Amino acid sequence: MIEVSDHTLTEQGLDARGSDPARVLVLACGALAREILALFKINKWDHMDLTCLPAKWHMTPDLITDGVEDVVRKHRGDYDQIFVAYADCGTGGLLETKCAELGVEMIAGPHCYSFFEGNDVFAATAEDEITAFYLTDFLVSVFDSFFWKPMGLDRHPELLEMYFGNYEKVVYQAQTENAELTAKARDCAARMGLRFERRFTGYGDLQTALAGIPAAR
Amino acid sequence: MSDQEDDIILSELSDEELVPQIHDDLYDGLKEEIEESVNILLGRGWMPYDVLTKALVEGMRIVGIDFRDGILFVPEVLLAANAMKGGMAILKPLLAETGAPRLGNMVIGTVKGDIHDIGKNLVTMMMEGAGFEVKDLGINNPVENYLDELENGDYDILGMSALLTTTMPYMKVVIDTMVEKGMRDDYTVLVGGAPLNEEFGKAIGADAYCRDAAVAVETAKEFMAKKHNQMNA
Repeated sequence: MIEVSDHTLTEQGLDARGSDPARVLVLACGALAREILALFKINKWDHMDLTCLPAKWHMTPDLITDGVEDVVRKHRGDYDQIFVAYADCGTGGLLETKCAELGVEMIAGPHCYSFFEGNDVFAATAEDEITAFYLTDFLVSVFDSFFWKPMGLDRHPELLEMYFGNYEKVVYQAQTENAELTAKARDCAARMGLRFERRFTGYGDLQTALAGIPAAR
Repeated sequence: MSDQEDDIILSELSDEELVPQIHDDLYDGLKEEIEESVNILLGRGWMPYDVLTKALVEGMRIVGIDFRDGILFVPEVLLAANAMKGGMAILKPLLAETGAPRLGNMVIGTVKGDIHDIGKNLVTMMMEGAGFEVKDLGINNPVENYLDELENGDYDILGMSALLTTTMPYMKVVIDTMVEKGMRDDYTVLVGGAPLNEEFGKAIGADAYCRDAAVAVETAKEFMAKKHNQMNA
């Protein structure tokens, strides 16, 4: 399995290995790299390669659509198919429009919190959970460098109320059973002054979406 | 701030020195210093409207430019906004008493299903600073909240905010309901929020999409100027 640091996934993303023998390129957010590589391994999806855009674009979704287009245009001659492992992710429908224009498929749903939980389940419960702040395995592991420091909370704790004053709980959507991450997620919630809830989701609709990509044309 | 700046005694600065110092203190998010400087200027006989526009709004304009240019980031903007809020709290009651010019009245709120209000609060503050009277409905507003407020007040502008892809379509629900009730054309509808864009604004029938608080203020001013021109034509 490819070893890549949280920092690299956050700041730079991940380069594709190359198309031989892979025939499908999965283009994902860096925040999904570990889960997608785990799924490749578990399912022996040797026909798939992975490239990722920086996970930090979660905070600047206006960069995602152009970033996806650049990678698709760069690699489309190298693979039989490119699959975009992003949901809408704050692009306000622009990514969906762009993917349709480029002729590539993407994951359904508003964001990864939804497809990890299962888009149908998430949609059914969303109205009751508007005060939930979601974390995934990746977001727990990079919590300080991804949220706490860029939000200035390490230097200005007085901003906590402005950022999280309307939230009531942290929902940790666990993709794996990991006691260390669970303890860290609980600590994140405590620092944010919010209640903590852990919900094991596994890979949810991410697995279903990748499994739906045909092995060959 | 540097040690040198720590030694500055605000009350000893002349007006010409104090106003740029206020800009610097806003930039650095120093709420107590802003409050102190606002009181100093008022004590020297400045009109509240002049303190607001020449010191606070001009300072926030500089913050806004550096945010847009990637020099300042969200935490710094929030600290600056918090400092300006301190100054505004002193000025607000005085502005009404001294007959400061009012550009128009606005209702603003985050839409149903959405609890995010950082952007909305910045817009509210900047609009108030620019001379608008703003009624802030807060977060998670169903269509009834907006319409009840519009119907019971004398408003020119409706502002709606959303941070989520899942909640931004609700803006169309509000606008469609306004159309059904025959009240859509009575108001300028401005929308904003991270996942929105100009196309979305057009598609739902808003008058304009505003990408940040400064754009919201400028857009609101333009629409109010058009409205006055039409009324005077």
